[in-house]
Amino acid sequence: MAATEAAAVVEVRGLASRFGEQVVHEGLDLTVRRGEVFGIVGGSGTGKSVLLRTILGLRRPQAGQVLLDGRDITRLRGAELRAAKRGYGVAFQGGALFSALTVADNVALPIREAHRLPEDVVAGLAALKIRLVGLPAEAGAKFPAELSGGMVKRAALARALALDPPLLFLDEPTSGLDPIAASAFDELVLYLQRSLSLTVVMVTHDLDTIYRTCNRVGVIVDRRLVTDTLERIAGNPHPWIQAYFHGPRGRAAGRS
Amino acid sequence: MYLEDTQDAGGRVLALHGRWCAAAAPALAAAVDGAAAGGAVALDGRALEALDLTGAYFVRRLELRLAAAGPAASWRGARPEALEFAGPLVEPPAAAAPAAAHSAVAPLGTLGRYTVRQGRAVHDALEFLGRVYLVAGAAFTAPRRFRLPSIVRHVYESGIQAIPIVALVAFLISVIVAYIGAQELRQYGGEVYVVDLVTLSVLRELGVLLTAILVAGRSGSAFAAEIGVMRLNDEVDALRAMGLNAVEVLVLPRVIALMIVLPLLTVIADAMGLAGGAVLSWIALDIPFTRYLHRMQEAIAATTFWAGLLKAPVFGFVIALVGTYRGILVRQSSRELGRMTTVAVVESIFLVLLVDAIFAVAYWELDF
Repeated sequence: MAATEAAAVVEVRGLASRFGEQVVHEGLDLTVRRGEVFGIVGGSGTGKSVLLRTILGLRRPQAGQVLLDGRDITRLRGAELRAAKRGYGVAFQGGALFSALTVADNVALPIREAHRLPEDVVAGLAALKIRLVGLPAEAGAKFPAELSGGMVKRAALARALALDPPLLFLDEPTSGLDPIAASAFDELVLYLQRSLSLTVVMVTHDLDTIYRTCNRVGVIVDRRLVTDTLERIAGNPHPWIQAYFHGPRGRAAGRS
Repeated sequence: MYLEDTQDAGGRVLALHGRWCAAAAPALAAAVDGAAAGGAVALDGRALEALDLTGAYFVRRLELRLAAAGPAASWRGARPEALEFAGPLVEPPAAAAPAAAHSAVAPLGTLGRYTVRQGRAVHDALEFLGRVYLVAGAAFTAPRRFRLPSIVRHVYESGIQAIPIVALVAFLISVIVAYIGAQELRQYGGEVYVVDLVTLSVLRELGVLLTAILVAGRSGSAFAAEIGVMRLNDEVDALRAMGLNAVEVLVLPRVIALMIVLPLLTVIADAMGLAGGAVLSWIALDIPFTRYLHRMQEAIAATTFWAGLLKAPVFGFVIALVGTYRGILVRQSSRELGRMTTVAVVESIFLVLLVDAIFAVAYWELDF
């Protein structure tokens, strides 16, 4: 996919994140273009989640810009910030489904908050999204605690897509899933990305997911992001990148 | 204007205009549900600028609406591509489920289910109580199992930290009792009996009861919430998987801590209550402190103080037991956690009052 010419959907410039003395990011740059599936990888403690939370506008960085569709989310406030946040959907790692609500109500919640709609329309839209992610219709009436791990991830995806955002963030989409469920989830993400022309940014450790779904990969090393296409990043000489892509697990995933 | 109702040579045409996207959902809902159905209608999507999934849902809703009222709508030009993808995902609105048949037996069924559920709840609570007794009994043979550090922590959190509020409330309540008593008794020139009133009510009832209610609100809820969150995080299962007894680790230290703490707090509440009475008697009734002390000694029997204090460990036992039990019952959701915390406080206060009533009857019979 020749995505290099498409417009930048997410652009991070000169990001610095610090926690007291501890410097997590310093001069980090990132560009995600329309229609891409972009994977962010990095060792534990390199600040993948911090980067994601910063891009989502949940955390203000010490320096740098985060442009979503050209608007700097670190400087937006009030109604503008809320509008910018409606432009993306997020599926959090553990699903982050509201445990007191049924799956259908979880999916309907963003729709209800955004629009005044008749109840049957809300229910219809929620049912559409639930079927879209491959959950059986009766899953809508269940509570999150009654779902399997794979179904929780799917329900979280349905909620993330509730308002048809063009941009989708996935935090460890396949963690905790068995290999079959994980690869089914990869296929679902690819299918939705193509059918709905989504731009997808995912933080993941799963090499199989990266090889299956990502066009480009950014690796957090030395507080910066090294970005390249999947084919070329594996040739990067940085020792961590070498160890990651050419370790025993990396080789196995790359072969398939 | 998302939907235009026009006529052309072929008959009635509904033309779709503009951006049918999630952002326009309310307008789309109004347009689709407001369109008159009936008769042969054609749809025209050639003027559509954008169509996302939400938009496709509304187009499909329109198609289904038209099909329900007459022949299925045809399309002028191609049917939008997004609809091929989204259409099958939209189900026709389900016919309203037939209302459950009403019968004379239905209320009986509800009552029966309620009875069985309550019976089971009582059974479970008794089982929990039994387990606490067993664990406590076993701990006497191996004192290490009392977990002293844990007990000390709860004594500190539930007891030491509660001293200021318990002292303040006891002081204020006895001032109020003394004040109301003084107003009434002054009419009969019996001001001095205010001392009897305050002393007896504080030592026998108010001191221990107020302390118990405050501790139920502070610590009973904390116990339920703490253990409830541990359950939601599977921490309780982790304990069990290590071969530890959850009752021994989580419940016993809290029960013992409250049984230690409540009598101590009650002594403080008693002292502050008597002080409150003394202060008000001095200010409002001109009863000097020495006379107050003298009158107090005449008013109380040797057992008055103990009659109140004896109840404290029992109340502590009840509060800790209800709090931990409700915490352990938390399952699955954050709402359950909130509910169980509330239930823990309400139930423990209710049980404290119930036990107090039983004590009152027992003391009466024993002439204590």
